[in-house]
Amino acid sequence: MNLPGTEQSVNKQESFGHVVLSARDINKSYGNIHALKGVNFDIHQGQVTTLFGENGAGKSTLMKILSGIETPTGGDIILDSQPIHFTSTVDARDRGISIIHQELSLAPNLSVRDNIFMGREITIASGIDYVEEERQTIKLMQELEEDINPLTLVEELRLGQQQIVEIARALSVNSRILIMDEPTSALSATEVEVLFKVIRDLTSKGVSIVYISHHLEEALQITDHAVVLRDGNMTAYGKRQEIDLQWIVRNMVGDNFNLGEPPQGYEFGDVALAIENLTVMDPAGSGYALVDQLSLTLKAGEVVCIYGLMGAGRSELMECVAGRLSNDTGNVLLHGKNISNLTIAERIALGLGLVPEDRQRDGLVQTMEVGKNLSLASMKAFTNWLFTVPKKEQALIDKSIQQMSVKTDGGHAAIGSLSGGNQQKVVIGKILATKPSVLLLDEPSRGIDIGAKAEVFKLLAEGAKQKLAVLYSTSEVGECLSIAHRIIVMRRGKIAAEFTSDVTKEQIMAASGESLVV
Amino acid sequence: MSVNQKPQQPAVLKNGLDIGRLLLEGRAFLALIAIIIFFSIQSPFYFSLSNFLIMSSHVAIFGLLALGMLLVILNGGIDLSVGSTLALSGVFAGYLMQGVMIDSLGIILYPPIWVVVILTCALGAFVGCINGVLIAYFKVPAFVATLGTLYVARGVALLMTNGLTYNKLAGHPELGNTGFDWLGFNRLFGIPISVIILVIVAIICGVLLSRTAFGRWIYASGGNERAAELSGVPIKRVKIIVYMLSGICASIAGLVLTSQLTSAGPTAGTTYELTAIAAVVIGGAALTGGRGNTRGTLLGAFVIGYLSDGLVIIGVSAYWQTVFTGTVIVLAVLLNSIQYSGRAKKKSNP
Repeated sequence: MNLPGTEQSVNKQESFGHVVLSARDINKSYGNIHALKGVNFDIHQGQVTTLFGENGAGKSTLMKILSGIETPTGGDIILDSQPIHFTSTVDARDRGISIIHQELSLAPNLSVRDNIFMGREITIASGIDYVEEERQTIKLMQELEEDINPLTLVEELRLGQQQIVEIARALSVNSRILIMDEPTSALSATEVEVLFKVIRDLTSKGVSIVYISHHLEEALQITDHAVVLRDGNMTAYGKRQEIDLQWIVRNMVGDNFNLGEPPQGYEFGDVALAIENLTVMDPAGSGYALVDQLSLTLKAGEVVCIYGLMGAGRSELMECVAGRLSNDTGNVLLHGKNISNLTIAERIALGLGLVPEDRQRDGLVQTMEVGKNLSLASMKAFTNWLFTVPKKEQALIDKSIQQMSVKTDGGHAAIGSLSGGNQQKVVIGKILATKPSVLLLDEPSRGIDIGAKAEVFKLLAEGAKQKLAVLYSTSEVGECLSIAHRIIVMRRGKIAAEFTSDVTKEQIMAASGESLVV
Repeated sequence: MSVNQKPQQPAVLKNGLDIGRLLLEGRAFLALIAIIIFFSIQSPFYFSLSNFLIMSSHVAIFGLLALGMLLVILNGGIDLSVGSTLALSGVFAGYLMQGVMIDSLGIILYPPIWVVVILTCALGAFVGCINGVLIAYFKVPAFVATLGTLYVARGVALLMTNGLTYNKLAGHPELGNTGFDWLGFNRLFGIPISVIILVIVAIICGVLLSRTAFGRWIYASGGNERAAELSGVPIKRVKIIVYMLSGICASIAGLVLTSQLTSAGPTAGTTYELTAIAAVVIGGAALTGGRGNTRGTLLGAFVIGYLSDGLVIIGVSAYWQTVFTGTVIVLAVLLNSIQYSGRAKKKSNP
């Protein structure tokens, strides 16, 4: 038996850097989607290993496998030279592996103390030992230099503090391997400093850290090893001394990652969409502007990409233009007509359509079949007075299926029977069936494979040539370059930079705040 | 008359397994046949046309409530106020039949029957409208909003009659307001009027759901409200209209029941909302919204009605009736969850 405690006591210095946990040839598929394709990954004792990759590269999936949340479709996990099979997260936790999730997994209605000890309460004869739990919570908060009362409800904390609680919970387990999936996305610079101090403290005690972050520079400060994932493949590995920012970006995005060129050979038309001085305040009432006095124009036939990190305000901008969120200042003009006060239905009727970011939550009606999903937004086209005309509807559905090349055995199939890419085509097809003149797409390539992505791009290029104005939001820099005539980088609700299509990937990423050096 | 919610099965799947699915999807129909066969063996009086027609006129009340409830449940809501709305409508109709005194003019108005019917339905729509506005615009959970109107409507009905019942509903020929008993007692071609009303409402409901844009909107916003909204469905308006339709159905049921009983009592229809929900659920609709159809709900209403009347006919105690009805409901929901979880599994493994 190779216990961590004995190992450390034998010779602390010598054991540092050796591999404690490794993943060998890991595969993971969800239906037709291959999220991981034969990935190898090592975690070194007492050191920080950072995993780099764009959205959808498979980072979170790999971490879920290493922490027992998901089981791999193929491959081995080796802990202390022993092949191992996690049965659950509790199993992984008992073996000393814990994870800080990208999405917070706290119960907002419970106090900080109760959240930290959720599921492993300290019990004495009379029930839960609140005094001890509180003492430990206070100690953790001191360690993290955060002044939070253990009895405060989590919902009363701001997002960054909630993230601190999440981190404290992972720390409280005293694990030997700690996985941090985007732990700093809501933290202030000072809080990040404190977190890094805690990480250094932990590694000096022999704890191994896996770190995931989109803030490349920040990650470079703390990491010892770098692993890069792209489209489910491990593309590169390097030690801190051997790598720099350019190396990461090059391996993350890829050199020959090319989905085509922006459509060429025609003139743009008049301004189709004008956003003037638009502000959207946080609906939760934090007083923070999600979109901050933003202005931009979009011409007929033009494809504009909005690039930015998560939380940059891209989705809020899209939802506000489409009519789901109301704006606090400014106007949205569609072909010169102010549409700021119109309903979503009225905007669709005027030719503005949104393909939402989360197709399961906002795009599809899971209880309806493929055909009815496709025809949902354009019911007026086949309704006479009150009644729908089934023949006309079927014609519209058939046309959409053909136009979008949706792979389905007819319009009557259950929507859930389609692959992610085909589901996305249904969402896009639904909006295209309304014959829009301005199309908003919010991360349409999320969770779809490269083939489906290419088909979507082809459709957009064809649409643009027929004077469709496209506003395309993405967090994948490669996409910007292969479709956009113009690239707008958003950061904290504002336009941070604007580029034409001859920009480099590094310039775009630099402007978004992912790095400061170029 | 119903929307086909069944996913088309690939040809490969059409084997022995399919019989199980067929049994599962046609369960309400099979249950009804089983009930009819069982009671026909148990009692010589059960299997006769006249008995079926009498039982059907009982079913009509629940059936009408259940159809309104179906619209609400498909939309992802729940309407607990229908029983009270039924009573309030009955009392309101009775009040109109007694004559409306207008003190300032010193006259008593006796509205003709068709005016009574229209005003009563308008009252049901008004109650539904309150529910709808509370739920759609003030974000009150449907359960709570309709629970509130359940109490308020019942209370108003009690206040209107001071807890008593209106008995003189026959009207006077010289006042031109006779004919209220027609609804509950008369027959057309030998079929009770109440059953004919149920059939008509069911046909309207079926056409609404399967052939109109509004019906599609009900399904879409019940299945995924956010997606429906982004597709341009006016989800708030749909919600309000759905509750208004449920209220109107409750009023029609109230008129029929009052006419059948020839008295308008403020305590009529207590717990009928639960029977209506049960009928919808037995009919295969999902309480989470988006799944269900008219045919199933009608079958569900008949299952409940024929079962409880059958138990009365063979002389089972009323307490046992309650136990049996409860068992049928739980069984139905159990089968629903098997059906829908089966679909979910198919989804993940295409």
